[in-house]
Amino acid sequence: MKTLKYLLGGRWLSGRNLVIAVPFLWLTMAFLVPFLIVMRISFTEADAGGNPFGTLMTLADGVITLKVKISNYLFIAQDDLYAITYLNSLKFAAITASLCLIIGYPFAYFMARAKPTVRPVLLMLVMMPFWTSFLLRIYAWKGILANNGILNHFLISIGAINEPLHLMNTQFSLIIGMVYAYLPFMILPLYANLVKMDLRFLEAAADLGATPMQAFWRITVPLSKSGIVAGTMLVFIPAVGEYVIPELLGGPETLMIGRQLWDEFFTNNDWPLASAVTVVVILLILVPMAIFNKYKAEQEARP
Amino acid sequence: MTQEREPFLLIRNLVKEFDGVRAVNDVSVAINKGEIFALLGSSGCGKSTLLRMLAGFETPTQGQITLGGKDIVGVPPYERPINMMFQSYALFPHLSVWDNIAFGLRRDGLPKDEIAARVEQMLALVQLTAYGKRKPHQLSGGQQQRVALARSLAKRPQLLLLDEPLGALDKKLRERTQMELVGIIEEVGVTCVMVTHDQDEAMSMATRIAVMSEGRILQVGAPGEIYETPNCRFVADFIGSVNMFEGSVAVDEPDHVIIETPECRHYVTHGITGTVGMPVSVAVRPEKIAVQAEAPTAAQRAKASEDGYNCVQGVITAMAYFGNETLYHLRLDSGATLKVSRTNAARHDESALKRDQRVHAWWDGADVVVLTS
Repeated sequence: MKTLKYLLGGRWLSGRNLVIAVPFLWLTMAFLVPFLIVMRISFTEADAGGNPFGTLMTLADGVITLKVKISNYLFIAQDDLYAITYLNSLKFAAITASLCLIIGYPFAYFMARAKPTVRPVLLMLVMMPFWTSFLLRIYAWKGILANNGILNHFLISIGAINEPLHLMNTQFSLIIGMVYAYLPFMILPLYANLVKMDLRFLEAAADLGATPMQAFWRITVPLSKSGIVAGTMLVFIPAVGEYVIPELLGGPETLMIGRQLWDEFFTNNDWPLASAVTVVVILLILVPMAIFNKYKAEQEARP
Repeated sequence: MTQEREPFLLIRNLVKEFDGVRAVNDVSVAINKGEIFALLGSSGCGKSTLLRMLAGFETPTQGQITLGGKDIVGVPPYERPINMMFQSYALFPHLSVWDNIAFGLRRDGLPKDEIAARVEQMLALVQLTAYGKRKPHQLSGGQQQRVALARSLAKRPQLLLLDEPLGALDKKLRERTQMELVGIIEEVGVTCVMVTHDQDEAMSMATRIAVMSEGRILQVGAPGEIYETPNCRFVADFIGSVNMFEGSVAVDEPDHVIIETPECRHYVTHGITGTVGMPVSVAVRPEKIAVQAEAPTAAQRAKASEDGYNCVQGVITAMAYFGNETLYHLRLDSGATLKVSRTNAARHDESALKRDQRVHAWWDGADVVVLTS
């Protein structure tokens, strides 16, 4: 009892630390520990005895043997397939993020400048798709883009084309699906940022001779930089590892790393290799982000 | 003063309606080159709307604005030769002090070295040469105010607009900055229209003041004129402190007027335009009133112009000591309250008055203002 009281009254269990501890514990349990487990698996080899993965450390005859197998990583580095799928993933994620920004920015801007009474309605419209199943919405695109789908029917009926366009299972259908699914994640942070902006800055810019276009590029865009970064990250990061959309809308030319992971894990049942692929994905995303954050922190700290 | 030349800024019958409510109601005013013109009024009187119409952020419902003979209604803000110093400055937070000042010059497409020279000149003008690389949030309030001024002067505008220029500064800093600001504006020689709700700011900075209320200009004049010869009750009451006596004209002679009010009979040594029996207000400023324990002497009575006039008795009910002066509240026999201020000229005043003391108060017949509206 005394110890507990001591702990509660002490430095470590202050209210502030308790508050911080909750998300900290959550992140540790839900992200760090699973990641370490995945990392551990990636350094083992598939067990012949039916286990999908082996052990890292064995104790036999009083000797601890640590067996770190790096061949999974070497395999990834040597096989072109992985390099191509990684690059494909980065490419499609980058295209998705760019298109989401181009479409989402005017959208968010319009919402933020709309009358305060209209804004909640517009916000609701952006979030409405979340009320329907994600899978259902992606399937709906199949119905629209298929050879005998709605779009081709429409184009033939108005006489724009004679033969149905082949849209499904192409880069085009993949990107449409990705942009459609991720657009709200771009709009919401941008809107949150733009709606806060002090409009007197635009008046000041106009007063100093900036045309509305110049004021937009010189004032609005730089001031919404944090929203642009947040939205881009929110779209780009999950898009790199996206599995469902390429699976449903993509084709042979849109092989992405999510699909590769699935195959290693469920088809080949090679957990160690799948884990190694995962670790590389995470590093590919985390390292540039960490560098970016460090650069940003340094820039803000500079007088 | 003769008005031979066309005034520099001419505002004629200007009206601005918001949803049918007239924020600015038929305002006409002429402002000369080189003037510092203040629009003074409480919040919601339309002064800011008027300023925003000059800047081009609001379009007038009716009326004309001409600057240097050219009609500027309909000219967008970014094409007007007018710059504004915004209330709480609106400095661009993502740009350095240098880039804030250069912003307008760059929009004009001036050559790089000319922009640099002009920015340096502006920084020197507001004594911030060493601060060019700082961001606005790294500056004190007074420094931000100077950056805002430099930014609004950098393009050498024909007209400078100041929106509550000192509103964001604390009292001590405000007094010093007032002088500095006027100094800089005069050095540059720019015509200036400022908006303020602070009468001290308007009085100390402006060459002329327009007092506004409910969208209209009530009086335009030099600070002294506004203070000493207000043309209506609102202006007399709004500017400074005043005692108002309500009564009617009893005698109307060319060289003097006698006005009867419940408190006393007023002998006014200047003529008014009015008729006998007409209801009027007599306004007397607290500092124009003498207060003393004993009855006025014969010499003092002569100054009050006529025996028994311009003289009241009352009891001190409250007093506020300000250091340089003391403000007394007298309850008169009629029940009205009279505000009197007395300069504390000597350190140890022998004739110091005390609370609850019965005193005499009197004033010169030339020092009152008779108001009919």
